[in-house]
Amino acid sequence: MISKSIKKQHPANRKSLLKYLKNHWQLYIMILPPLILLLIFAYGPMYGVMIAFKNYKATLGIWGSPWTEQHGFYHFIKFFKNYNFIECLRNTLVLSVYSLIVTVPCSVVLALCLNYTRYTKFRKTIQMITYCPYFISTVVFVGIIRLILDTRMGILGSAVYETFGINIIGNASAFPSLYVWSGVWQGTGYGAIIYLATLAGVDMQLHEAAIIDGATLLQRIRHIDLPEVIPTAVIMLILNMGNILNVGYEKVLAMQNQNNLSTSEVINTYAYKVSLVSSFPDFSYSTAIGLFQSLVGLILLLSANKLADKLSGNGFV
Amino acid sequence: MKRKRFTQDKIVYLLNDLLLLCFGLIVLYPIIYVVSCSFSSGDALLGGKVRLLPVGFTFEGYKTVFGYTSIWVGYKNTVIYTFIGVIISVVMTLLAAYPLSRDDFKGKKLFTMLFVFTMMFSGGMIPSYLLIKNLKLLDTMWSVILPGCVSAYNVVVARTFFKQSIPKELLEAAEMDGCSDFRFFTRIVVPLSKAIVAVMCLWCAMPLWNGYFNAMIYLNSEDKYTLQLVLRRILLMSKVDLTNIGSVDLDLIAKNQYLSEMLKYGTIVLSTLPLMVLYPFIQKHFAKGVMIGSVKG
Repeated sequence: MISKSIKKQHPANRKSLLKYLKNHWQLYIMILPPLILLLIFAYGPMYGVMIAFKNYKATLGIWGSPWTEQHGFYHFIKFFKNYNFIECLRNTLVLSVYSLIVTVPCSVVLALCLNYTRYTKFRKTIQMITYCPYFISTVVFVGIIRLILDTRMGILGSAVYETFGINIIGNASAFPSLYVWSGVWQGTGYGAIIYLATLAGVDMQLHEAAIIDGATLLQRIRHIDLPEVIPTAVIMLILNMGNILNVGYEKVLAMQNQNNLSTSEVINTYAYKVSLVSSFPDFSYSTAIGLFQSLVGLILLLSANKLADKLSGNGFV
Repeated sequence: MKRKRFTQDKIVYLLNDLLLLCFGLIVLYPIIYVVSCSFSSGDALLGGKVRLLPVGFTFEGYKTVFGYTSIWVGYKNTVIYTFIGVIISVVMTLLAAYPLSRDDFKGKKLFTMLFVFTMMFSGGMIPSYLLIKNLKLLDTMWSVILPGCVSAYNVVVARTFFKQSIPKELLEAAEMDGCSDFRFFTRIVVPLSKAIVAVMCLWCAMPLWNGYFNAMIYLNSEDKYTLQLVLRRILLMSKVDLTNIGSVDLDLIAKNQYLSEMLKYGTIVLSTLPLMVLYPFIQKHFAKGVMIGSVKG
């Protein structure tokens, strides 16, 4: 009501704006503290992004450091020409696409199973159990993986080592699968929540009608439930595509070791290694890598949202 | 025909339950395994003898954990950081979300954009690090708490919740009676939003309790380390320093290899316990929060 009257800034409306502020100034006071924190800690670093185009020197500060050659794009070009670039990009894409393709169907299947069990207690218990791993921290989780897959003491690792002679943890070609399937173990229960809700929203009348028409359970799943769930799954898939460059680097970093680096080095961890832990820290180079990733991510995210919006009208912003 | 259908359905139901049971067991087994290992003797662990239940039942592992001071320093720090962090984050999230949920809030679009943009683009690791450094927050607890404390995602979820669950008539009636916005928020909106407050607490606590990356790059001194950093040393870098446990005698040193293995399992259980215990209390609201999060609107 009020917002309509304010659309144009006529002098008469300015008066009502003042009146509005007089009545509702408290709303602005409320949003002020979180906004200040946001401006400092989320927008503050965006100012620092400038050093991607500079040769950052701690003594000169962000503003005072000199611009780089090649019109400020020196670090970007250095990254694109680096042999690590292709490898990092490939590893990042492999990990995120692989995990997307596997995770979504697993969650859908779990949700369908949960939906069709006839024992409420059983369903509740399984739900409870499958959520549990979601609360395990990355460090602990990777710790568990290592202990279980240890070639000498681990229950799974020792068996595999004895029969095939493979050390799973130290095997570069096994890393993507290890990363993805351990992620499935940890995230499927949590991922199923949304599909469960979708299934709960399926019109019961459809099922009743189908039963009267003599449809079997499998037919009902195939023709009633799946058509409801698949659009949700596709939307989730597309929305996650926007985040394709942001693999869970905390987990990847924790799982890295000397032997699997060729498949486990992703863009994030590379950026971390050339800066904060390097003996010749190059802050500008690392920032340039991060900026490249953020920008590509932004473009992907916006296009993914556009696509999702077009398909379902269920966009993001 | 009809009977045929029923037998088929019965089989499908049965297979479904079996599949579900498999899911449950696959998830459950490693958890039970780790818990069993934490109660097993070092001998059984090094020999890889534990299958399902503890072998050579003992509390030795937990005794070692209780004697390992750096774990408890980390535990104490994490509890403090999480407690303060959750209070700040939840208050900030609610304060930001309420005005944004009001249709008559002028500048809503602009403010929402400011929040949402941070979900899509960020300055990145090094600029954040430099910011923390320039603010002189390096190696303080604030470097762990503040950077993530206003999460745009949480704000959007809380906003959607307010929009859906606080009836407009309530606001109109309150305004009629001369209730100010702030009073309305504290007396009516917050008490009506216990569900979302519970979910927010969980979501804010999780990264603080479980995250290690921020703490790793911002904290230097060991007396400020979080639990996850200590765990990282023990579990991932296998740096276990047992010299501070009791007196140094030769038997103990010989036992150290056993103890360090037992220590690993014990710490895993003890560090994960708090969230797992907290979870059943919040479970009721949990699914709802996730749902709102996925339909953000």
